[in-house]
Amino acid sequence: MTDRPLTGRARPDRTPHTLEEWRALGGYEAVERGLRELTPERVLDMVDEARLNGRGGAGFPAAKKWRFMPKPGEAPGDGPNYFIVNGDEMEPGAFKDRILLEATPHQLVEGAILAAYATHSTEIIVLIRDAYRDAIRNVSRAIEEAEAAGYLGRNVLGSGFDIRMWVHPSAGRYIVGEETALIEALEGKRAVPRKRPPFPAQSGLWGRPTTVNNVETVSCVSHIVANGSNWFQSLSRTQEGGTKVFAVSGRVNKPQVIEAPMGATAAELIEMAGGVSGNGVLRCFQPGGGASGFLEADALEVPLDFGHVRAAGSMFGTGTLIVLDQTACPVGVIARHMAFYARESCGWCTPCRDGLPWAARIMADIEAGSGHLSDLDILRMTVEVGGPRGRAFCDLMGGAMSPLGTGLARFGDLFEQHISDKCCPVARDHRRAAA
Amino acid sequence: MSLAPDLCAAIEEAKHHHGGPRPAMLESLRMIQQRHGWVSDAHLEEAAALLGVTTAEMEDVATFYSLIFRRPVGEKVILLCDGASCWLNGGDAVRDAVMEKLGIGFGETTADGRYTLVNICCVGGCDHAPAAVIGRDRRLVGPLSPDDLDRLLGEDAR
Repeated sequence: MTDRPLTGRARPDRTPHTLEEWRALGGYEAVERGLRELTPERVLDMVDEARLNGRGGAGFPAAKKWRFMPKPGEAPGDGPNYFIVNGDEMEPGAFKDRILLEATPHQLVEGAILAAYATHSTEIIVLIRDAYRDAIRNVSRAIEEAEAAGYLGRNVLGSGFDIRMWVHPSAGRYIVGEETALIEALEGKRAVPRKRPPFPAQSGLWGRPTTVNNVETVSCVSHIVANGSNWFQSLSRTQEGGTKVFAVSGRVNKPQVIEAPMGATAAELIEMAGGVSGNGVLRCFQPGGGASGFLEADALEVPLDFGHVRAAGSMFGTGTLIVLDQTACPVGVIARHMAFYARESCGWCTPCRDGLPWAARIMADIEAGSGHLSDLDILRMTVEVGGPRGRAFCDLMGGAMSPLGTGLARFGDLFEQHISDKCCPVARDHRRAAA
Repeated sequence: MSLAPDLCAAIEEAKHHHGGPRPAMLESLRMIQQRHGWVSDAHLEEAAALLGVTTAEMEDVATFYSLIFRRPVGEKVILLCDGASCWLNGGDAVRDAVMEKLGIGFGETTADGRYTLVNICCVGGCDHAPAAVIGRDRRLVGPLSPDDLDRLLGEDAR
């Protein structure tokens, strides 16, 4: 279990533990210790020393985000600090938060209580996507049990600290996962991202100081408090602390969630996922979900963490690998991604609202064999305008441009063959080989 | 048909949770949909009046969130994943087979009112690809195969 603190206690069928069962496994010891023996500042320092980076995609150090939260009385006006757990997992290829929400909801409640304590937040909201109904039910039940046991509510464990916690079921749209869009959604508005600054820690939900963290990030916190920062750091093979709940899917024989040390390699993870399926030979992979750039076989031994993957020219994102073998076409994958991001744009800014559907139409044409060589120039321009250094309002379009930009750079010949041969060359060659 | 008294009471109640009428809008829409399967114009107007917001404000929210249905849906809504991992595992063939069997496309409902087919972004079921979530409890099903659509359409999955 200690090798896999986050998933080691999860039951194979994902039936969650009752509070009593969870306590029998050591659950809530960290909460008792934290709230009875440690100051909020000490909890924050432990998370800092543990080098816990946010697991929602950006990899921002959790403690650094928390330090922006004002202490009671420091922020102008009346009202609480809010701590929000982001369970809106919708990145293509991401299915790691689902298991943490469904199978170990008490782990999430524990982490959220400690995180709220460290950020002086008295209100915790867990936003969960509509499609995760089991997760909504299981987390809601865990909250009820924790309330009944006195871990939530007024004056928790005699600390003088009041915490309320509830679940907000969402109703679709990928953009809700962007933290300021998520805040808009909680306020009952269309989920359009906000301008920053002000950052949520200055002015978030209802204008109050707010921290938003991913499910997996929050699920790490109780373990850090229970076992110490050094222990958490020692789980990792790199400078970034902890294990990582990876997810491996696409062309692998046994797609699955795998908790492994931070810094595990794609080669190891793909092997644990039963190896490459299809013809068994890797063509490429996305290391961090749909919005991460393609890497190839030469990156199989890169230690997977935020820093190393960035240095390798991609993004670690959600740590969810999408694997393609030689019989899978990256152009087809990019076409799916573009259709997805175009549909999920909130429509606020022009490059994203109009640029993504344009790119999606072109990708559909190219895949169908009706593209033109001049289309590639338009796609490159779209990457230029919408990419990471581009002009879109939030990161949705920049993310969408990662697979397109790296795809054009790495697989330009495949794009051109689609256009010259008027069909998908990968599918055609595969059919010929099979015949 | 107007909203049932208990639903009206629940909407009134929601107003007092989580910060007033505005954030109660989405929750109200969700409750109406849970009861009726979708949100009609009449129900939307009624809920807006109960919350003290305008119909336009309510519509503003209802039309943004893709899983608030503003048209009638079938007894069972099939949310078929169109993510890349499902595509890499034969998602298109499943999609084509379902569409052929039901005789409908995405966003459409069968004439007998039994099924509505909707495409949805990655459902977090990549370990069961190709996958879908079905019915009011959004049950995850997969891996699906074009030759065996019973898991998708079976009577047990209401």
